[in-house]
Amino acid sequence: MKAKIAIIDYGMGNIKSIASAIENVGAIPILSKSTEAILSSDGVILPGVGAFKHGMNRLKAAGLIEIINEYCKTNKPLLGICLGMQMLFSESEEFGSTKGLGLISGPVCKLETNDGSKEKLPHISWNEINFYNRESTDAILSGINDGDDMYFVHSFAAVPDNNDEILAVADYGGKFFCAAVKKNNIYGCQFHPEKSGEIGLIILKNFVNISVSYK
Amino acid sequence: MLKKRVIARIDVKNEYVIKGIHLEGLRKIGDPNQMAIEYYQQGIDEIIFMDAVAAYYDRNNLSHIIKKACVNVFVPITVGGGIRTIEDIQEALNSGADKVAINTQAVRNKQFIDNAAKIFGSQCIVASIVAKNISVGKWEAYTDNGREPTGLDVMAWAKEVEQLGAGEIMVTSIDRDGTKKGFDIELNTQVADSVSIPVIASGGAGCKLDVVNLMKNLSLDAVALGSVLHYKHEKIFYIKKALTHNHVRVRF
Repeated sequence: MKAKIAIIDYGMGNIKSIASAIENVGAIPILSKSTEAILSSDGVILPGVGAFKHGMNRLKAAGLIEIINEYCKTNKPLLGICLGMQMLFSESEEFGSTKGLGLISGPVCKLETNDGSKEKLPHISWNEINFYNRESTDAILSGINDGDDMYFVHSFAAVPDNNDEILAVADYGGKFFCAAVKKNNIYGCQFHPEKSGEIGLIILKNFVNISVSYK
Repeated sequence: MLKKRVIARIDVKNEYVIKGIHLEGLRKIGDPNQMAIEYYQQGIDEIIFMDAVAAYYDRNNLSHIIKKACVNVFVPITVGGGIRTIEDIQEALNSGADKVAINTQAVRNKQFIDNAAKIFGSQCIVASIVAKNISVGKWEAYTDNGREPTGLDVMAWAKEVEQLGAGEIMVTSIDRDGTKKGFDIELNTQVADSVSIPVIASGGAGCKLDVVNLMKNLSLDAVALGSVLHYKHEKIFYIKKALTHNHVRVRF
């Protein structure tokens, strides 16, 4: 049986590509915002590009905040991508403070560089990810090498309160930011695995495998 | 460390990839989806599809190509040409594009970039500036795929589109487009130095050395390649190798 992966459809960003990528790695993508579809899936992806406040408002308007919370209690895996990862956190400082889903504690802050760095904002680039703790790489990073390139498009990044929740970091203008995070069954990546070529597809394949193992 | 991007620019007319010289005299040279898959497999970092004739007809006609491309191309896809309304952008994104490139409509209505960036986010909006050299160190912006002069100074216009909320700028040199004589390096570096958002240089590459000579100017973020790839003058891998040898960091 193929795993069913629900991709939450709340009108933020390019979810077609995520669906194609999920199909490519051998699972069934379900684009939906219905309670039934989300709760009955094996894994859920929270996508998103754009502004944090706008994203949270859309989730709220569609009644998705409660559904996501309910889903997380089942201990099945959730993967937030880009803005979807940021919204897992407590709050964002983008356009004034906005509350997030609060599933992982910590703020979302504007990317900062070391003085003298001329890096541009938004951070639109392929960039290396480095494992934060080389000893215990998680199943989601299985088959990924320290230093592999992923595609990033963002101006803000999450800052987990608990460093143990950081899986990978990336260097932006001489300062590291959190590129991938994990807390229990909740995963997040700041980069776009669905836009990071074959390497990115490995991450999605790993997520599908994790979803199957929870079945 | 951030990587410089090597982008394939695929200009499309109806169902075909076309390429001209100075954006004119367009020749059919292939199937857009087939080319996109080839470039993806060879390690391209991004793909830009431009509807080369949309500007005359006031519409973009690439939705079906984008829909097909995103089934097996897993790098960012930008679509441009004939993007006139917020609905056009929504349709491009719904088809599977990550970004849209806007030129003519931004000149006609400056608030368009501002509105679009507020709704879809700056990261989604690429301001496309088509530039023609008019005197030493001076370039004028053109619209309608390089047909209509606007009277706008390219550097001033670049700063303005950044202010309006564009997330990136793609600069195309009409003088060099399709000539394979190398990039207008002065034009591209001047734009990159004028703004603090990423700049994509386009128009003129004939060989990998042209790409190296351009990208050695580290203020540039990306290069968009047409003829040099379409006519198979160079392979993506060797272009990237040459860049690496010259200390320009790219993804493999």
